[in-house]
Amino acid sequence: MTSLNEQNPPASSAAGVAGVAARDAVAPRARRRFSADLSALGEPALWGFGGALALGIIMIAVFLMVVLYNGATTFWPKPIDRVELTDGTVIAGTERRGTVFRPQLAQLDDTARAEVEANDGFAFRTLYQTANFDLYGDDFRWVADFETANITQPEDFYYFERQVWGVFIGRIAGMQIDGQRMDYDAAEFARQQTAARERFREIRRIERVEIGRINHLIERERLAQRREVLRQGEEAAAPAIAQSQERIAELQAEFQVLQARVNDIRAHDRGFTVTLEEVNGRTIEPEISQIVRFFPANTLNVFDKLGIYVSRWWEFVSAEPREANTQGGVLPAIFGTVAMTLLMVIFVAPFGVITALYLREYAKQGRITSIVRISVNNLAGVPSIVYGVFGLGFFAYAMGGTIDQLFYPEALPNPTFGKGGILWASLTLALLTVPVVIVATEEALSAVPRSMREGSLACGASKWQTIRYVVLPKALPGIMTGMILAMARGAGEVAPLMLVGVVKLAPALPIDGFYPFIHLDRSFMHLGFHIFDVGFQSRNSEAGKPMVFVTTLLLLGLIVIMNATAIIIRNRLKRKYATGQF
Amino acid sequence: MQDTLEFEPTAYHVQKSNEGAALDITDFNLWYGQKQALFDNNLEIQKGQVTALIGPSGCGKSTLLRCLNRMNDLVDDLRIEGRITVDGFDIYAKGVDVIALRKRMGMVFQKPNPFAMSIYDNITYPLRVDGVTKKSILDETVERALQQSALWNEVKDRLNDSALGLSGGQQQRLCIARAVASDPEVLLMDEPCSALDPIATARIEELIEDLKGTYSIVIVTHSMAQAARVSDNTAFMYLGRLIEYGDTNTIFTNPQKSRTNDYVTGRFG
Repeated sequence: MTSLNEQNPPASSAAGVAGVAARDAVAPRARRRFSADLSALGEPALWGFGGALALGIIMIAVFLMVVLYNGATTFWPKPIDRVELTDGTVIAGTERRGTVFRPQLAQLDDTARAEVEANDGFAFRTLYQTANFDLYGDDFRWVADFETANITQPEDFYYFERQVWGVFIGRIAGMQIDGQRMDYDAAEFARQQTAARERFREIRRIERVEIGRINHLIERERLAQRREVLRQGEEAAAPAIAQSQERIAELQAEFQVLQARVNDIRAHDRGFTVTLEEVNGRTIEPEISQIVRFFPANTLNVFDKLGIYVSRWWEFVSAEPREANTQGGVLPAIFGTVAMTLLMVIFVAPFGVITALYLREYAKQGRITSIVRISVNNLAGVPSIVYGVFGLGFFAYAMGGTIDQLFYPEALPNPTFGKGGILWASLTLALLTVPVVIVATEEALSAVPRSMREGSLACGASKWQTIRYVVLPKALPGIMTGMILAMARGAGEVAPLMLVGVVKLAPALPIDGFYPFIHLDRSFMHLGFHIFDVGFQSRNSEAGKPMVFVTTLLLLGLIVIMNATAIIIRNRLKRKYATGQF
Repeated sequence: MQDTLEFEPTAYHVQKSNEGAALDITDFNLWYGQKQALFDNNLEIQKGQVTALIGPSGCGKSTLLRCLNRMNDLVDDLRIEGRITVDGFDIYAKGVDVIALRKRMGMVFQKPNPFAMSIYDNITYPLRVDGVTKKSILDETVERALQQSALWNEVKDRLNDSALGLSGGQQQRLCIARAVASDPEVLLMDEPCSALDPIATARIEELIEDLKGTYSIVIVTHSMAQAARVSDNTAFMYLGRLIEYGDTNTIFTNPQKSRTNDYVTGRFG
């Protein structure tokens, strides 16, 4: 319309120049100062904006580099040093990191003190992973420069990753194959190790899958018995219980057979051992099946190292954790994180979108809607732990407790839904992220041009039809943006999850082969919590430290993948609903 | 509610009688909050003819037009007095089915506003929201509406392409096709050429010429030349009041009021 003309910037600035000229002609003024001109040009502001952006980018880049460097180098095999100390002790280990420190001079002998004093009282020390926790009760040792007498890298030292007790560093003194003692033979040992691991996996499979199934069925029978008793009373349920007892007896017979098989394999397995000798000559003799991975750390070439590096990564993303989460994989945590985030999206998407639709399209805009809107925005600022407490109290205890009483009375007093679980965790996070979705959806809805709505209404469409066929499709990319933000926020959240269902080690995934296949009541593992746990809660936080970076890297990667997927979907929608040109 | 204004969803074309008033506006007043925008308007829109509403910006011509299909219902804090009748029915009476009313009034807007759908879906939209699903009816309607809006030859091979890929003039003709798809009685056009170049404007004007007779057309325009070219009757409005209404020739060559004369001769506005 014509009012547009009045807002035309060239026209108004031209008028401004003309005005200044006219004033100058009337009364000559003092010259404008240079700084005023500069600010008029906006130059300092521009530097400010650019600087702020640069600062932000630098911080993000440094953060990413730290995570990337530490995460990516953790699995690279390092050489084993044999270190002789000045006091005669010998240790063997891999270098972790080094720092400068100020030693207590009084405790040093004369040569060491002289050396340290020459360095202004400072010395350098190195942290060695000496491993062999079962022998020494410690995994790490600091060694100062002035203590070190001699460092060698013996070729016969091996690095063993074991199923339990963590790493062992030492040489192979001999082995026992099927009960026969013999000298160490590298090729034979490698073959035996593969076979032994196969036995180990077989035992685990029987225990997990087959015995797990029987346990599951017995538990179901037991619950069914209690249910019958609760429903019909002790006497009336007696025949049903007798039948059920028969079935349990059958299952127990099956269990005995499987248990016998496991015992056989175990007994056979005990004939295959390896004698390992650490640097000071003490030996241990574990079963070969306990050795997850081993390599002669000082004789590896680049390709060997690469192979170990790749195999460690593969184990990390595909296996279960061992050694209190400081080693092994994080598959259950990856699974838990993804499952919980997707569940959260399923809850938050309809809820947030419907709320925003009502608030923006149907509710009368006024004081009450403003209050609701402000409250929703403020919800985003509530500390997430508060949501955790609410989730625990409301979802787990109140709702879950009621569900238990109504549907799972036979399992009481053991809670089924009346404790933290993946369902309650997802709902809590949905609650936490719903403000983001509401705000984004409202923005997207209000950005749909009025002309579109009018066009649809003028065609005789009802309000709902207009929203359904014209407004929502057009707003979808914006709504997706909200979902992406919510997803990133939800996937990275830890604090509330600790209260509503995340555990250090979950025995079973929320989805498995047992009826009803999806177990929303189960606790689960989460990468964010895993980081907290291995970094700060494990018996040996030094061992967990590298895992912090690796897990962070993985979590970041996972969020990037989930976001990228959502962004690709959004851009497809955007192209589809792009506004025309005219 | 449905009984007040009956509407046949299957949009077969019926020749309407070209006599009498399509719309009758009586003592019509309108307020936006405290501010009165329309004062005592009285106007009879003739069936089958083109009626142009002209006047300077802010004179209320668009407001009046948007009252005819109750598009102004979307505005908060709006109050009206007076009557607008279609075939004797007061469209502002209690219990009027606004949706059914809008189906009798096609509307074309200032800027082309095709939906982000295919050409086919755009045109069948008024029928589909009405529950028409029969393919033969939809196909027939698409062809008829596109023929009427002189777009058929240009788009008949790409009916399933997005409507947003059309040029501005084509988009506006598509919007006209969409407006006539449900075979309304009246076509309301709110400055339909203001966003178009002269060639596209000429095509729309030709189209208005073709459509008149079949539909009663009310067109709001800023261009007096356009009003003179396309309309049979012209209403001149100023500051919310209807100053003069009559045969286009008379308004432009021999207006009764001096203010009309000033406006049409370009002395103000």
